[in-house]
Amino acid sequence: MSGENIFTGLTEEHDGDARWAFGTGFTEALAGVDTTLPAGVDGADLAVYCQMLGDDALVQSQRLVQWVTDAPELEEEVALANIALDLLGQARLLLARAGQADGTGRDEDAFAYHRDPAQFRNVRLTEAPRGDFAHAVATLLVLSSWRLALFTRLADSADPVVAAIAAKGVNELAYHREYAVAWTLRLGDGTPYSHERMAAAIADVWPLTGELLATHPLEAALAAQGVAVDPASVRDEVHDVLTRVLTAATLPAPEAFPRPVVAGRDGEHSEHLAPLLEELQSVAREHPEATW
Amino acid sequence: MPTTAQEAPPGADEALQAEFDARIAANQRVEPRDWMPEAYRRTLVRQVSQHAHSEIIGMQPEGDWIASAPSLRRKAILLAKVQDEAGHGLYLYAAAETLGVDRNDLTERLIEGRQKYSSIFNYPSLSYADVGVIGWLVDGAAICNQVPLCRTSFGPYARAMVRICKEESFHQRQGYELLMRMMEGTEGQRRMVQDAVDRWWWPSLMMFGPPDADSPNTRQSMTWGIKIDTNDDLRQRFVDMTVPQAEKLGVTLPDPELVWNPERGQHDFGTPDWDELKRVIKGDGPKNAERVSRRRAAHEKGAWVREAATAYARKQQEATV
Repeated sequence: MSGENIFTGLTEEHDGDARWAFGTGFTEALAGVDTTLPAGVDGADLAVYCQMLGDDALVQSQRLVQWVTDAPELEEEVALANIALDLLGQARLLLARAGQADGTGRDEDAFAYHRDPAQFRNVRLTEAPRGDFAHAVATLLVLSSWRLALFTRLADSADPVVAAIAAKGVNELAYHREYAVAWTLRLGDGTPYSHERMAAAIADVWPLTGELLATHPLEAALAAQGVAVDPASVRDEVHDVLTRVLTAATLPAPEAFPRPVVAGRDGEHSEHLAPLLEELQSVAREHPEATW
Repeated sequence: MPTTAQEAPPGADEALQAEFDARIAANQRVEPRDWMPEAYRRTLVRQVSQHAHSEIIGMQPEGDWIASAPSLRRKAILLAKVQDEAGHGLYLYAAAETLGVDRNDLTERLIEGRQKYSSIFNYPSLSYADVGVIGWLVDGAAICNQVPLCRTSFGPYARAMVRICKEESFHQRQGYELLMRMMEGTEGQRRMVQDAVDRWWWPSLMMFGPPDADSPNTRQSMTWGIKIDTNDDLRQRFVDMTVPQAEKLGVTLPDPELVWNPERGQHDFGTPDWDELKRVIKGDGPKNAERVSRRRAAHEKGAWVREAATAYARKQQEATV
């Protein structure tokens, strides 16, 4: 190879950004997908639903980024960054769909950078402080098992864009869950100390799991039209997965999920979301006229 | 390349030494199972592990901006880039391990401050323009340094460099593309870019190491085919390539002595502050202590996780026996 040519080629003209390494795969994921709204579906409702799923991914990705340069091993830096990148990709597609569906034409950045905390629709488990590595594993185990169950069904959504995003996301989420399962086993069945910490992390995360299975009225309406998936419908599957994993990891079998309560989906968040968003939005808001 | 006979270590078989010399002379690769002089092995261990450490420490100045990247596209690009650096560190530690050292030991040497990494990463990144300038100048200088290493005499290092250089070229382009966008933006953005160029230009020139006259190891490393070009040659090449890019971008490189010399067919340029380079290498840079302590903290906090993984693997192994 001639790296000298790579270097000097920098000032040559390129066609758009099609030749860039990054940032192009996301739009191609939806190439050829029909973006018209399915008949009878309320665009404003679909936009909010896309924000729910998109905000879960965006906020969880932002939390995972905190492990970059701070993970227990280099392989974990690579893996966690990779998972954060997958979720960020899902968030971008979903937020872009939200802007199409509600007719405003807002782009992904308008949603990510110019909404306030009460306008975010993510579940509170995604915004919880990152904690230690066992917490990261416990959170990822729960969220990826749940989201995989949802996305598997959403691949048949009546909205062709949501269906395409979900179909792409299924493979990613299956890997996220596999990664979380592998570490749940290692920590649960590793040393007595790691067992204790993994058990404590599951116990800490558990109270926030009820919200994952709560059905928001908007989800119920869209589920009736075949666009959304009612989260209550994946309850048994997710519980079964978690029971099998935790048991294999020599950890206590999980209790029943706590009572399902809608909170983040209605913009009711913990005190942890505002600082997370403040950091995410800081540079963009400091330079409102800028182009990046 | 001149191939003077190497000084054989005491007790080394002269025939093996002759075979090694012939291999270097013929521009053939030395592979891990081949006999090699102890000093060659030691020099490579130092160079490859310092390179690996640089990739890992180099994640920090840019990693700090992932959380606040000003668009989701920029966030994805930067996250992917910083992830690549971790991957580069992994290839390079693997290449170093083929020389008979242990990655854990190299990590210990890094976090105890017994081994160096590129001094460039001891400077702070103060604005989002730094992300672009690090890509353009710092990765650009790294490419200048590293492309010749794709032809270096030790096989595993050369092969790792081929892959790394491909990714580095994307890193550089994303940096330059960010700067182009910023220069087309607001006046404030253009000021940010110029400020970042002012701060990173001289440290980038220092990345090629001290002047040839003060680089005692260069001759031996070139004889061994570990190093292909001298520090000053690479620095000159970097300056000559960068000047037109700066013009296209519309920024000023902060060197009043920088001028085209038609007689030499190259640019003349000022002298970097070599005392500053020495100070930063010795550990007295703006961020030395913080960079190493962050890596050390991550490593120490993660000890129980690594112990658990080892214990689990042992149990699995015992169960299958």
